[in-house]
Amino acid sequence: MTQYLLSIYQPDGGPPSPEFMESVARDLHALNQELKTAGAWVFSRGLHAPGTATVVRVRDREVVTTDGPYVEGKEHIGGFWIIDAPDLDAALGWAGKAARATTLPIEVRPFQDVPEY
Amino acid sequence: MFRAEHGRAVAVLVRVFGDIDIAEEAVADAFTTAVQRWPAEGLPPSPAGWIITTARNRAIDRLRREASRADRHAQAALLHAHDEPIEEGPVRDERLRLIFTCCHPALGRGAQVALTLRLLGGLTTAEIARAFLVPEPTMAQRLVRAKGKIKDARIPYRLPAAADLPGRLQSVLAVVYLVFNEGYAASSGAELVRADLCAEAIRLGRQLAELMPDEPEVHGLLALMLLLESRRAARTTAAGDLVPLADQERARWDRARIAEGQAIVRDCLRRNEPGVYQIQAAINAVHSDARSAATTDWPQIVRLYDQLLACDPSPVVALNRAVAVAEVDGPRTGLALVDALDLGAYYLFHAIRADLLRRLGRDVEARTAYETAIELTDNAAERGFLRRRRQALAG
Repeated sequence: MTQYLLSIYQPDGGPPSPEFMESVARDLHALNQELKTAGAWVFSRGLHAPGTATVVRVRDREVVTTDGPYVEGKEHIGGFWIIDAPDLDAALGWAGKAARATTLPIEVRPFQDVPEY
Repeated sequence: MFRAEHGRAVAVLVRVFGDIDIAEEAVADAFTTAVQRWPAEGLPPSPAGWIITTARNRAIDRLRREASRADRHAQAALLHAHDEPIEEGPVRDERLRLIFTCCHPALGRGAQVALTLRLLGGLTTAEIARAFLVPEPTMAQRLVRAKGKIKDARIPYRLPAAADLPGRLQSVLAVVYLVFNEGYAASSGAELVRADLCAEAIRLGRQLAELMPDEPEVHGLLALMLLLESRRAARTTAAGDLVPLADQERARWDRARIAEGQAIVRDCLRRNEPGVYQIQAAINAVHSDARSAATTDWPQIVRLYDQLLACDPSPVVALNRAVAVAEVDGPRTGLALVDALDLGAYYLFHAIRADLLRRLGRDVEARTAYETAIELTDNAAERGFLRRRRQALAG
């Protein structure tokens, strides 16, 4: 089993209509149930808007804090799943369902194997 | 021998070791040994089996040495090898698995093409780089990155599920046809290497037809490539100038390739499961039937383009259909169809417009259209052809 990160790329801007959000929420709930039944679900959550992000970095040994997301852009990660899947085809299958449920592009990335110590 | 057996051997060993790099290295080792031994000792009874067995044993020896140095990767591959029985018989599925892995939609088209030529075609990285006119380190990097993605993202080494097959097959056919077209686009400098690409694409096409006998589009693609390739000798002059279909010396067409391509097209017609490659092959079969350009059955070609447009409603298909319509209903009708298309960035759009305008005696507009077409293509042979056409205009 490999773990994959499925990130939702969400356009910035105001939230869509409540009716639309309700139908997305229903589809997402169903998808998460399906993932859990299949034993593939590890974690999933939605994020607050990118405007709530804060970046922390070290500059000249000092910790500097700045407001806003690290990458400027028109889309940001709006939430993600971590799933268990036997291979990329299985992960892409879940990503397809996630794209349908969210109506948004989903980026699939494999996690590195955890080294055994 | 090398090209023919390379894909087969790599396919079996990827299965055995679950790792493309180990498989490639082992097969290369085995071929090196074969080159040293066979001239003196003679061919073994089953050369292909010998290559596979030798490659497997070499790889296991090497992995054992590395595994004893606590190389986790080598240990894993060794374990995998012990679980996988080696079979020399039914390698059909192994080769198919490798093809579908190389052409997996999670890989970019350039990576798919490079992997297919490297692993199935047995071309060296230098040869692939030369054929695609990129520096060798760039091509090497592309291959390393693609193999890294297969390994890290776990692109499976497996036949696609029935439901996914049509889409996945499209990607395989597109890769093979792209290899063919890269070789077919007449270009001056790298001419020889590029003719090799056509031969390689046809060889891959034959393999696919053998491996997937029930997929009509696989046969359609093979027929299309054979029929196009049959005109290679007539397509350029000794000086390398491009000769359009209508002006080609048809006696120089390769009759054997035409016969083979047409026989496949007839089989496809009997199956009656048309697709874009089969219809394009059928269109080319009609051209191949005509003893001269003047006796071409253009109404039949228009009907085939109608079918093709129904399968693939793209402006490029509509443009080609307009050319056929111009032959049946005259250049005025053809031009009206062409002018309705939004293909201003495509050089052939302007080249075709120019030709129709020329036939209508509208030379001033034809000249402008030829000039736009020349500006939009980088291909030396195409530019030369368009320049000669422009110069031939009156005035």
